[in-house]
Amino acid sequence: MLKIVKNIGLAAMIILGSVSFANASGGSSFEIKKNDWPHAGPFGKFDKPALQRGLQVYKEVCSACHSLNMVAFRELTALGYNMDELKAFAAEYEFPNGTDDEGEEVFRKGKPHDYFPAPFASEAEARDSNNGALPPDFSLLAKSREHLSMFTPWNSLYGEDYIVGILTTYHEGNPNGDEMTDGMYFNEMFLGNMIAMAPPLSDDLVEYADGTKATTQQMAHDVATFMYWAAEPKMEDRKRMGLKVIIFMTILTIMLYFVNKSVWRKVKKGDDLV
Amino acid sequence: MTTNDQIEHEEEVTRRNFLYVATGVVGAVGVASVAWPLVDQMNPSADVLAMASVEVDISPIPVGQTISILWRGKPVFIRHRTEKEIARGVSENNDPMIDPADDQDRAQKPEWLIMIGICTHLGCVPLDNTEFQSGDYGGWYCPCHGSEYDIAGRIRKGPAPRNLDLPKYKYLSDTTVKIG
Amino acid sequence: MGSSTYMPKSKVGKWFEERLPIMGLMHSTLGAGYNAPRNLNYWWNFGSLAGFMLVVQILTGIILVMHYTPNVDLAFRSVEHIMRDVNYGWLMRYTHSNGASMFFVVVYVHILRGMYFGSYKSPREVLWFLGLVIYLLMMATGFMGYVLPWGQMSFWGATVITNLFGAFDFYNGMGESILHLLWGGFSVDNPTLQRFFSLHYLFPFIIVGVVILHIWALHLPGSNNPLGIDAKGPGDKIPFHPYYTAKDALGLSFFIVIFALFVFYMPNIMGEPDNYIEANPMVTPSHIVPEWYYLPFYTILKAVPDKLFGVIAMFFSILIFFVLPWLDGSKVRSAKFRPATAFFFWLFLVNAIFLGYLGTKLPSEIIINMGGGIDALTLGRIASVFYFAYFIVIIPVVSRMETTKPVPTSIAQSVLDARKEG
Repeated sequence: MLKIVKNIGLAAMIILGSVSFANASGGSSFEIKKNDWPHAGPFGKFDKPALQRGLQVYKEVCSACHSLNMVAFRELTALGYNMDELKAFAAEYEFPNGTDDEGEEVFRKGKPHDYFPAPFASEAEARDSNNGALPPDFSLLAKSREHLSMFTPWNSLYGEDYIVGILTTYHEGNPNGDEMTDGMYFNEMFLGNMIAMAPPLSDDLVEYADGTKATTQQMAHDVATFMYWAAEPKMEDRKRMGLKVIIFMTILTIMLYFVNKSVWRKVKKGDDLV
Repeated sequence: MTTNDQIEHEEEVTRRNFLYVATGVVGAVGVASVAWPLVDQMNPSADVLAMASVEVDISPIPVGQTISILWRGKPVFIRHRTEKEIARGVSENNDPMIDPADDQDRAQKPEWLIMIGICTHLGCVPLDNTEFQSGDYGGWYCPCHGSEYDIAGRIRKGPAPRNLDLPKYKYLSDTTVKIG
Repeated sequence: MGSSTYMPKSKVGKWFEERLPIMGLMHSTLGAGYNAPRNLNYWWNFGSLAGFMLVVQILTGIILVMHYTPNVDLAFRSVEHIMRDVNYGWLMRYTHSNGASMFFVVVYVHILRGMYFGSYKSPREVLWFLGLVIYLLMMATGFMGYVLPWGQMSFWGATVITNLFGAFDFYNGMGESILHLLWGGFSVDNPTLQRFFSLHYLFPFIIVGVVILHIWALHLPGSNNPLGIDAKGPGDKIPFHPYYTAKDALGLSFFIVIFALFVFYMPNIMGEPDNYIEANPMVTPSHIVPEWYYLPFYTILKAVPDKLFGVIAMFFSILIFFVLPWLDGSKVRSAKFRPATAFFFWLFLVNAIFLGYLGTKLPSEIIINMGGGIDALTLGRIASVFYFAYFIVIIPVVSRMETTKPVPTSIAQSVLDARKEG
């Protein structure tokens, strides 16, 4: 009797868990393409060349509208740059540095401890320049767009796949044949399919420093990798430490299993009672 | 109990004790490794460390002027000394001093005096007397308890026990100095 | 916790014990001086695990506060500062955020174990009350902690939950007055964040106090056991140390492996992605869900069409646990010997999980595709009715009607019986 109820419960949980996440993907009826990410999985590591290319795409394309508030130049060492390259990179930006004797604003060159400057001074300015829409900050975007499912991991949507999806699933006009609002574009991935961002990528839009062919797909992949790094820069540390902790605790658990068994040896069988 | 049984029993006890001790040691290692992150989080964080050294462009500082910059939360005085000041500093090398030091040892390049602008007495920021070479020593004067420093930042009068401290610094080029 | 038979071996130990008998207290609480039933199974590990989680949360919490800033303009950024700049900051924060979930998992199992084996029954009613008080304090602490990162879910969760108290609008303007008092303003804003921060820091220490009372109340009657019979003779009991210290250590070690899997490999799986967007009072996320541990109660709230009665039903669904010792009229404690009670217990558990699942759904969402389709609201109502029926009808009736299986005369006897069979 108990077994039956338990089994029913288990079955119920599996059914509940496997209900598809049509909701999570924003109600669009389009299939979400999943990509292979070298940084995924328990041993995943960042693909540094891809990160560098992603940074280039961000800098040359996205940063015209999207800020990256939480990331400092100094953190770019994680992408494989050395300190001199970093300083040179930071020096390409300018930061306000008080005023001179006549009250005019003066600027200084960026330093490694500076954070990526925002393209717009205020939200109002950002909206004004973007048809009323606010380009979201990129620092945590990859994490804020993921939908993870514990019981049905195959239904999870990763932020990187979402970003690639946004960048590569534009349609000319509306495939449903409906009228398009001015300044809006049809996108399979975006919630409600109507996005204010014009297709940002086109083949060969940037010229990669490492000579990789800059297809739209390639650039989307690279910038998504970069954005995932920006959102979770400590991922490699985390997984590396996790492996050590889990191996260590497994060994300790096995040892404690034998300690416990040895302590309980007599009592378990009731030898102390006879 | 036969002797054989006894030996077997003792062997078992040894084995068991070894297991207990080994497990205890592994457990202790585990606890110790957890303790480190709990302590290390109090050390300066990455953003603080990034500010641990500053690079200063000294080319715009005219001769006879001092700028102060903030370094690790403290003011650092950078003075472009005049020939006269350097000469005065050297000439006073043998005067009686609380904390004797040669002018030559106070600056890597005599024309650039770089010091932490905090009175070694109780931590006030000394006032600048250099411009008009006022006061007895023509250097800095601490308003809190009247310590007087000369043009090389040496303590000459008052309760301060030490000369103004010198930060660690390095010339990256003729015009750039890295402090820290 | 009363008098102790503890005798320190060293001179210094004796000197100290005469002046502050704290070692004796530990000895008789968690050491060899406390005799526990010999037949406790692994479900009894969850008490010590809950204690461990409380310590983990307090430790990591104290550390997070060293780097966190409770201000609407700075809170979100200071959390990211912890995640990016502070040494091991990401570890502290992920341990704390996943630790909250783990704490609730452990406490839920602990409560369900008490329900199944009748640990709430006489003479352990006060022990049961204190446990429920801890649980209520945890709910409040968890809720306020979730507000602190000041993400979208923090803000809107705080807005929705505090608005519940506006339902107590018994005469003109009273609901609103309550809300203004809670918020310290006219909406969730900086004063709200700061008071939640203050209380989030305070409550865990109150929990510690109640935990001490909980352990005190445990030691008077002693632990219940899977058979639910009183442990009387010396053969029924064994010293807590080394038996249960070894067993708890094993359980803890295994639990940490599971905990680590979450912290290191899926740290965000129990969180809401929207909380990585900074709070914005002008935009509500398309789908607001509380943390998973509140979900069953959230469904009960949504199931009632009236705001006031919905809130009352939700509070009632938790408070009803307090009268459980009197709803259950059976003379036998453990469901091991009460097949019908056991059956309904599992049904209650499945129903509670189902309520939790429905909590993540929009009321109009179709859950079962039969006929015209059954939506989440309807199912939530059915499940809510069963939830209350379990307490108000099923337990009182079943506990008094059912024929129980024969109960062993003593714990020692049951061990000897098993020995004969094996």
